[in-house]
Formats: sequence, structure tokens, C-alpha cells
Amino acid sequence: MLYNMSSEQNELTQTPLLKIWVPWVHSTLSRRRGSSVPQFTNSPTVIVMVGLPARGKTYISKKLARYLNWIGVNTAVFNLGQYRREAVQTYKNYEFFRPDNEEAMKIRRNCASNALTDIGAYFTKEQGQVAVFDATNTTRERRGLILSFAKEKGYKVFFVESVCDDPDIIEQNIMQVKLSSPDYENCDKEEALEDFLKRIECYKMTYVPLDEEKDRHLSYIKIFNVGSRYLVNRVQDHIQSRIVYYLMNIHVTPRSIYLSRHGESDLNLLGRIGGDSGLSTRGQMYASALAAFVQSQSIRDLKVWTSHMKRTIQTAEALGVPYEQWKALNEIDAGMCEEMTYEEIQDHHPEEFALRDQDKYRYRYPKGESYEDMVHRLEPVIMELERQENVLVICHQAVMRCLLAYFLDKSADELPYLRCPLHTVLKLTPVAYGCKVESIFLNVQAVNTHREKPPNVDINRKTEDALQTVPEHV
Amino acid sequence: KDMPMETSPRELTQNPLRKIWMPYKNGLPEKHISQRKVCMTNCPTLIVMVGLPARGKTYISKKLTRYLNWIGVPTKEFNVGQYRRECLKIYKNFEFFRPDNEEGLKIRRQCALSALNDVRQYLCMEGGQVAVFDATNTTRERRDTITRFAEQNGFKVFFVESVCEDPDVIAENIVQVKLGSPDYIDCNTEEAVADFMKRIKCYENSYQPLDEGLDRELSYIKIMDVGRRYLVNRVLDHIQSRIVYYLMNIHITPRSIYLCRHGESDLNVRGRIGGDSGLTSRGKEYAKSLGHFIQEQNIKDLKVWTSQMKRTIQTAEALAVPYEQWKALNEIDAGVCEEMMYEEIQEHFPLEFALRDQDKYRYRYPKGESYEDLVQRLEPVIMELERQENVLVICHQAVMRCLLAYFLDKSAEELPYLKCPLHTVLKLTPVAYGCKVESIFLNVEAVNTHRDKPENVDISRPTEEALLTVPAHQ
Repeated sequence: MLYNMSSEQNELTQTPLLKIWVPWVHSTLSRRRGSSVPQFTNSPTVIVMVGLPARGKTYISKKLARYLNWIGVNTAVFNLGQYRREAVQTYKNYEFFRPDNEEAMKIRRNCASNALTDIGAYFTKEQGQVAVFDATNTTRERRGLILSFAKEKGYKVFFVESVCDDPDIIEQNIMQVKLSSPDYENCDKEEALEDFLKRIECYKMTYVPLDEEKDRHLSYIKIFNVGSRYLVNRVQDHIQSRIVYYLMNIHVTPRSIYLSRHGESDLNLLGRIGGDSGLSTRGQMYASALAAFVQSQSIRDLKVWTSHMKRTIQTAEALGVPYEQWKALNEIDAGMCEEMTYEEIQDHHPEEFALRDQDKYRYRYPKGESYEDMVHRLEPVIMELERQENVLVICHQAVMRCLLAYFLDKSADELPYLRCPLHTVLKLTPVAYGCKVESIFLNVQAVNTHREKPPNVDINRKTEDALQTVPEHV
Repeated sequence: KDMPMETSPRELTQNPLRKIWMPYKNGLPEKHISQRKVCMTNCPTLIVMVGLPARGKTYISKKLTRYLNWIGVPTKEFNVGQYRRECLKIYKNFEFFRPDNEEGLKIRRQCALSALNDVRQYLCMEGGQVAVFDATNTTRERRDTITRFAEQNGFKVFFVESVCEDPDVIAENIVQVKLGSPDYIDCNTEEAVADFMKRIKCYENSYQPLDEGLDRELSYIKIMDVGRRYLVNRVLDHIQSRIVYYLMNIHITPRSIYLCRHGESDLNVRGRIGGDSGLTSRGKEYAKSLGHFIQEQNIKDLKVWTSQMKRTIQTAEALAVPYEQWKALNEIDAGVCEEMMYEEIQEHFPLEFALRDQDKYRYRYPKGESYEDLVQRLEPVIMELERQENVLVICHQAVMRCLLAYFLDKSAEELPYLKCPLHTVLKLTPVAYGCKVESIFLNVEAVNTHRDKPENVDISRPTEEALLTVPAHQ
């Protein structure tokens, strides 16, 4: 990747959308990828789950994929159970999984093979960076197959094994996610539970866990009893290190996360973005309503977090409880457009305004930030949210969109348009493989600050077209 | 939780130095846990090292202490060996450590208790948050004593055990740090090594490693073979989680880190701070010299990192090697003072200018950042630098000061005044327990941008005194 030393070697140009400086190469822009954080994945990585049924493999797979995608690492989950359900349209009972069932074994091997082929395609054709192979992978033979496949293609392999012998946890698991599986659509609870337990027995007979001695050259993390202990072996690179850190911080203790914006602010009323203004009268009312709401919820050990901006702190003050200020929760920095109305931005920087509509996620304000920058800024907040239990986060529109996108697995394209209206609390409660959302409007009117993407995003559009979706303001 | 609900929210005032919004009462700011840096655990934490001699306990203790202090967690290490040297004055030979040496045992026990006493003093009265107890702690009995001590005082305990049987690693350890120990001042190399090996033998028989079964209620990390494998048990809180992440990312492979600033920029020459200007012709010359320097050094697999500002990228372009842009390496944001000269700041914001001189580390520019903010922003960079091997970081004055302070263990008071002149490369090479620094001026003249702390930092000082230390510029 050597660049030619020429008299133009020091000529740089700033890409208009991302505001990244790149060298001019033959008067066309270099195809250097810009992002606020270097991308550390060169070789694609296959994460291989290992463990008996009902050990949380799919839970971990989905959560990990959600996290990696949110931080910008393209990740997909390949669930072998789904391949099997497609191959064998109707599930009869546990006998399918008996180790002496030759025909079933053949089908299951085929499914694994297909999944691996799809993983290869994901890496080569869909710019995937990480693939999570979600299956039991409980035999050394199966794991050997995956390792050969990966070696041949030049993929890195990282195993995640979940070991659990606590019968209560296993039964909880089964109740939460197995009984509602397509496999048990037509069974009652007891039948399903009984069958599933027999299914687990089938696997137990041939289960060979990752071995400290025999597998000492492999890269893996072994998770014991939902995280009370971890064994980590041969972390190879940055992404594996981040994965280990993430897995060591998540937990399954029931709790709720409350997301809310500050109360309506003076600048909100004027239709101006950014700044550091205080609450309007209605905003103050919201703060009191929020306090009443929090009290009514009787939340155990609630932690309250705000940004460093006056409006979130004023809101928290009304709660009468201790709160922590995070600079990382500050609203997106609109740089040169701080405290402007959309009309003014269109007036002074029409091209910027159009670029933002073209790619709102990656667009960086001049001397400011992009949503993409914010996601990286917010990563430590998400990590700490994972560690914590009940938390109320009082933040800002763009910030809340980023956090919400993480919990609800929204793509980069959807993220900047998520609806996060003022005076509305979103209560997020983890359930099964996802997150239940309850939206609670606290009955205090506020201005609307949500600007939809207008149909015309062309740089040469007319002013009326640009301002078509601007919400009303004073 | 039973705090009375205020009828009207408390008034907020913005602390002039740190620009933090805080509630105030009767015209005075209220004491408040405002700023979130690292989770301020209420309980102090006692980190207890465990392991035979020459397993890297002191190396880990010092490095961990340095890291925690840098990120703002007051930490201190307590090395029992030092207490023993103070008590004994002269070390004769390994016989002192024989398990049947009653007198030796008595002295060693006293030293341990004395160290624990100082730990209590540090954590309870001197504002310490983490204490690292660096000793072998190889018997369960000793560890129980420490655990009881911690319980009595309300400290959390986290064990860090280093296990290693690789004779080469141990031999290297001894050569690197034991031969130079005060214990062996009057010995030649062979004598010292022979004696030290016998010393290790004294501990081996009574060594009871942390046990998966017996110690399953303890919080600990077991580091095996210099980081090839880790066993992590019961991480209790945020700080322990950060410690584990850090320990899992450090390595001891020899390498060098090169720190330098961008070449001289147009704004530098005009005495203006911040901005996003390009290089002067001298700056471009420096970039070329840097290219030659790098070539001459013949560095294996050198990674090059820049910020996302034009001047660092222009500098890297001249190297004709691939480089990665980090937004986190951007220069400190001077907010409303961006692109001003110091003379202009004094003219328009004399109060701000004085506050900055009063506490340059914590001072935050209006709508900008502080050095303290920078350190938080740079933490992922430091973490990745720990993972990497040979790296050249092309950054900025304030950023370089923060990074340098991390490597050279400089305090928050010293950090903002570290000398990081233009056109000078600092080559940092880890050696023994610290870092060797070589300063290489690449022989291209540049303007001086270092402003020393003036004598008069009073807000009512006359202009000449404020501008006394401003370096010359166009």
C-alpha cells in the first residue's frame, strides 16, 4: 500500500461528508475508509460457540453480534438450529438428536457444512468481519472440522464455551426461550420440558469440553456458571480482546434501563440545535413529573446518570437523588452549526445541510461530530450499563438514539431517525433474546424536535424542499 | 433515598475552572459527586499480588499503579521487599528466606503487617482508592490474614496471581530486575543468580496457589505464562473489571513506541492555538526527515497512527507507509479560544487565562476540553498501544503530553508542562520497571510552542505578567 512520493505528496483534501483528510490521488479522492476509530479486523474472525443446549449460547451470540455491529464491526449469527429446521420441516421429538440416529446425523452434518459455506460467502461477498457460529459444537471432531475450514480460508477462530451445571439456571433458560421455540409449537409445557431435557442428555454423552491441555493452542474463553468464572486462552488480537471484555461485563440479572431526554429547554423552543441552555417552564414541569414517575416505579437501587450539560442536570436535580455526570453523554457537537436553527443552517451552509440528509449517520458537522463518532464516544457508557442493574439515563436526542439503537439492534441507517421525543421515558427490560420497550409519556406538552429525512436530498435542492420536514418552533 | 423532594429544583452554577454545572445554596456551590471519571467505588480496593519470586509481581504492580493513577484513580503500591530491606539493612543470602528460619519469619511477618498498616493509612486517611500489596503472599494463611484485615477495614480484595514455569522467562526476569536489586549490590552475576534461585526454592515448598475449589469465593485473576492464559473469578465491580481488561492487554515483548508531533504548522508559526491548518515548508521538511529517520531505524512491523487533523496526516503522508487515523488523537479542543493567540485570549478572556494557569490540568476551555478530559479520551489509545508492538504516534502537543505522562508516570500537576517540542521524536523503550526515553531532534528548526506557568496566576494580574512566558511568534 505504498503511495508514490510526488510533488503532490502533501496535498490533502477533506472528504465533505466525513470530514476526513485524505490524499489527492490523480485528482480523484482516495478510497481510504474514514472512521473515527481505526478498524482492527484484517482477517475475518469466526466465533464458535460451544456448549450443551440451554447454556445461553444463542443469547450470547445475539448479544455479541448486536454489540459488534453497533461499534461498527459487521457481524452475523449463523444458528445451526435454524438450518436444521429448514432441512427437517417438522420436529418430532428428541430422538432426532440421539447419537446413534444415522440419518439425523447425516442431516445435521450437512447443515453444518451449509452454514460454513454461508459464513464464507458472508465474508467474501457481504463484507462481513465477524461470523458467530451458534451451535453446540460439543465434539472435538466438529470443532476440528471448523478449524480446518477456517485455516484453509485464512480466518481466525475464537471459541466461546458456556459451561453450566446449575439446574435452576438451565430450567430458567428452557422456560424463557425453549418452550416458545418453533420446535415445541404444538406441545404443552410439561411435554416440551421433558423432551428438551432428554435432548440435552443426548448431547451429554458425546460432550468433550475445551481442554486446558489438549486445546492449549486454541483461542477461547470458557464462561462458567453465567459469569462467576472465566478461563481465557491465547487472545490473538484487538477484536478478540474487546469480545472477551464485553463477555466479562454482561450479566443476566433482571433489571430495567430507563432512557429519557432532559426536559424541554429554552433552545428547543426556539428550534435551535445544541448549546447549553436551561429548562423552559414546561421542562421544569417534566422534571417534577419524572421525579413522581421514578418514585411510583419503586425501583431498587436506581442509579441516575446525566450529561455535563445544564439541561440534563437541571432535570436530575428535581429527582432529589444522587446522580453521576458523564461528559460522554453530552449531545452531539454540531460544531459550526451550534445554536443555529435548521433554517439558518440551510441559509449559511446549504451543502452541509444536504450532505447530512444524504447520510445522517456518517455526516460530521464542520468542527463537530457525527453519529458514528458518538457511538464510539458512548461505548464506555454502554459497557457500564451492561455492568449495572437499574439505571435512569437522562440525556439528549442524538445520544438517546445511539443508546436505543444498541438495545434494539437498529442499523446505522435507522439510528439517526429513531423517535425520541421530549418528555417521554423509554423503559427497556431485557427479555428472552431481546428487549421489551415501554414508552411512557409523562403528560407534559413539549415542542417536537424530530426532523424526518426529506424526499429531496440533492445538494441543488430548493430551500423549501430542504426545510420541508423541519418541525415547528417559535 | 429518603431525601426530601425539593419544592423547586436547586439553582445551578457552572464551576469556572472545570465548567461543571453544580447546584448551589446560599450563593455557594454544594459539595456533590459531580464529574464521572472512573466509577468512584465507595469501598477502597486492596489488590493483593500472589506468586513465587521472579514471576513479574512487581512489574505488574508498578504498571497497574501507573495506569490507575493516570486514569485518575489514586493508587499506591506497597512492596514488602522494601520494608524488609529497611528493617534488615544488609541482605546476606537466601538463608534469610528459609522456611525454618524463625527469626527471618518473624521479621518478614512484621514487615507485612507494617506494610498493611501503611495501606490502611493510605486508603482511609490519605484519599487513596486502590492499594497494591506487592509480596509473594504464597500461603493461604498469609492471604487469610490479609482478607481479614481488609474485611475489618471495609476494603474490597482482588488477588492477582502470576504463575509461570518457563525457565527462560524466569531467567530473563532475574537478569532484568534482580541483579540490579540492592540485595545483590556486592555480588557478581553468577553468585546473584545462584542465590536467587535458592531463594525461590525456599518459597516453593509452602506455595499454595489460588485454588479453583477452595478459593471460589474470592475475587481474582490468575495470569499464566505471561498472559497466554487467564483465569478470572468473581469480578465484583467496575474497577476490578477495568483492572482485568488492562492486565489482559499488556505484554512484555520488547518493542519501542515513538511519539512525535506533526511538523510545524501555519498556525504554530503565528502563535495561534488549535485549528486545522497545514504544514509550513519547515514542517514539510521535518516530515521528510521523519521519513528518513524511520527508514534508518529499521523498525520491524511499524504501525503509524495519526489524528484526524490535517497537520498530522500531512506529516504521515511523507513517510509513504500505511497509517491509521484516530479521532481520539485530535488536539485538545480549545472551544471559544480556538485559533486565538495567547495575547488575544488574555485580551478577551483574562479570567479564563488566569484560571488555566491556576490549574492547567483540570481547566476546561469554555465549550472545549481540559487535559483531564483528554486523558479520558486517550484511554483507548493507551490500551491499544499496550496491545501493539512497534508504533509511531504522530500527534499534538497536549495529546503527546498526556501519552508521555502515562509512560513516564508523571503526575497531573507535571503533565501539562511536559516539554514536547516540535520536530523532536521521543523513542520510548520499556526497560526493567520503567521506560527508557531517547529524545531525537531531527535538525529542522521550528517555532517554540511551550508556554511555562507564569509566576503570577492571580485573576487580577496585569497583562504583562500574564503574557510573560508566551513564546515568540510572528
